[in-house]
Amino acid sequence: MRKSVLALAAGLLLAGSVSAASAADKLKVGFIYLGPIGDLGWTYQHDVGRQALVKELGDKIETTYLENVPEGPDAERAIEQLVRAGNKLIFTTSFGYMDPTLKVAKKYPNVHFEHSTGYKRDKNMSTYSAKWYQGRYIQGLIAAKMSKSGVLGYIGSFPIPEVVSGINATILAAQTINPNIKVKIIWANTWFDPGKEADAAKALIDQGADVIMQHTDSPAAMQIASERGKLAFGQDSEMIKFGPKTQLTSILDTWGPYYIERVKAELAGTWKSEDTWGGLDSHMFAMAPYTNMPDDVKKIAEDAQAAITSGKLHPFKCPVIGQDGKEIECKGGANLDAGQILGMNFYVKGIDDKLPGK
Amino acid sequence: MQLVLEKRAERSNTIALVSPLIAIGLTIVTMTILFAILGKNPLLALHAYFIAPLTDGYSLQEIAVKATPLVMIAIGLSLCYLANAWNIGAEGQFLIGAVAGSWIAVKTQGTDAGVWVLPAMFVLAAAAGALYALIPAICKVKFGASEILTSLMLVYVADLFLDYLVRGPWRDPHGFNFPTTAEFDPVATVPLLIEGGRLHLGSIIALLVVAGAAILLGRTIKGFEIRVVGAAPRAARFGGFNANQLIILTFAVSGALAGLAGIIEVAGPVGHLQPGISPGYGFTAIIVAFLGRLNPLGILIAGLFLALTFIGGEQAQIAMKIPLDVTKVFQGILLFYVLACDSLILYRFKLVFPNRQVASGTH
Repeated sequence: MRKSVLALAAGLLLAGSVSAASAADKLKVGFIYLGPIGDLGWTYQHDVGRQALVKELGDKIETTYLENVPEGPDAERAIEQLVRAGNKLIFTTSFGYMDPTLKVAKKYPNVHFEHSTGYKRDKNMSTYSAKWYQGRYIQGLIAAKMSKSGVLGYIGSFPIPEVVSGINATILAAQTINPNIKVKIIWANTWFDPGKEADAAKALIDQGADVIMQHTDSPAAMQIASERGKLAFGQDSEMIKFGPKTQLTSILDTWGPYYIERVKAELAGTWKSEDTWGGLDSHMFAMAPYTNMPDDVKKIAEDAQAAITSGKLHPFKCPVIGQDGKEIECKGGANLDAGQILGMNFYVKGIDDKLPGK
Repeated sequence: MQLVLEKRAERSNTIALVSPLIAIGLTIVTMTILFAILGKNPLLALHAYFIAPLTDGYSLQEIAVKATPLVMIAIGLSLCYLANAWNIGAEGQFLIGAVAGSWIAVKTQGTDAGVWVLPAMFVLAAAAGALYALIPAICKVKFGASEILTSLMLVYVADLFLDYLVRGPWRDPHGFNFPTTAEFDPVATVPLLIEGGRLHLGSIIALLVVAGAAILLGRTIKGFEIRVVGAAPRAARFGGFNANQLIILTFAVSGALAGLAGIIEVAGPVGHLQPGISPGYGFTAIIVAFLGRLNPLGILIAGLFLALTFIGGEQAQIAMKIPLDVTKVFQGILLFYVLACDSLILYRFKLVFPNRQVASGTH
């Protein structure tokens, strides 16, 4: 009996090592995820991108991911673990991994790193992000058209530039439809916490908001809006199944094409450090179908999407007026420049709230 | 026939020794079944969790780095718990220590301040952690407020205070307004012990703390007082020990250690102050303190062991594609068995055969 157990154990070990050996000559690509894959938002969409990558290049590469990695002292270790496991191209998919990624990149110059939504780069460390504010602008137009109360509810995650520029783009768009539009903002201080997100949605609706928009990652707010018979926008992913009569549209993160392009470059030996900041024109994100709205609103949204894609419409067209009524310096000629948007730390006029930390 | 749990006449020292081994054995059996159900090779999985991290220098360093804050905080907490003072807010004291120490780092940034910077950061962090812990301690002693609640609530205050600082006054001016301070200068950074690794001076400090606590509890009158006040409050009163004074003292010491752990983490592995510097160290340390049975050496082992499961969990995720949730289940099962087996130190199972005649007579 004991012998057969030992034999079984040896067999299991051997089986494991054989499968490990056959994968050795494939390019190993690693991913660090902020949330659980089941967040159905940010991390989920990155994993959808990874799966697209596997589908396209699965015979040449092997992918590995670490999920739920906090943006603190553990991140550097998680990234280094991926390096030590033989990954040659590593995607770190949240802003907070910026410094840890840079540290590991300096230590392993022969491994290539791709950091999402940050601003520090190196010879072997690229950055990639999307101009989501373009999508927010379209949402602002829809929201102002669809709101009966004239009050929009906005669930913020953290008051970082990406989120602030999203709020501003929304309001600037909404003001072109309804100059008196109001927005209530609640900072959830989390990217993913369905309980908090749901509470924020309830509080916003209680304050009179009838269109809910969010910069957090779970579909909780969509569910609350749906229960209360209000309207809402999804975030990161298609959330219509959580509110078939509620979702107006959703900004869909579509990382797949980018991941495939970068891995192909790595396989071809042409990978180099780059800064990619793609908008609607470069398919870094897409808009979910425009639903639960009349045809005229849908047309406004589609026209705006076409105008932004072609470059005719810029959400931050000058003059942009700050909250204090003063015009924001226009560094980009006809509109704010990339640096002003990437570092946005002010509210535009018409937001009746104070930016935290200001 | 029924199975009942019966109190032992005295604690079983044999069980006390073997109970962790039984717990680990039961965990391995349970996880083997779970891995098999998941279609993963149980031997390889257990190897990834327990053995692989112990076989190379890199992982050993990482275990020490991860265990350092846990052990330092847990030692402080164990003093509180031994004295029957329930400090649940070590997380907040950790954060306040990090903030206070970072203040010096931020203010001296870019100046030619010398080697005094790091020691000053340590001292200020420990002092701030101690003061912060004294708030619930004094509320307890003066007003009888539950220190469990007050210390816990102060965690959120500290969290939001840190958040405010890095979004406002201390924000890196070149950081695109992201919520973080600039990277600390070299003089404000905890020195590394091994070139190219992450093992830092903090791990040595943690060992000194363990040794200090062992001496305090084993060789000094104060340590004796702490243990007596917790174990036999009436006897302590007759002995003339001042319980309130000990609550103040243990809270201050535990706050100081948590604060010190905070600045070591920020000036060490992280390198700057930012939100999310603690993945719940202050709370995980509560588990470490009890897993180590409130004994300094036990806490050191428990801290290293818990760190091992974190590192092993990551390696299992990478090597075996085992989801993180399984790692969490694994940690949960382990803790469950450890605590369950520990109850056998004071209790034992007994089969009871009820008297049938009496049973039928009640109808």
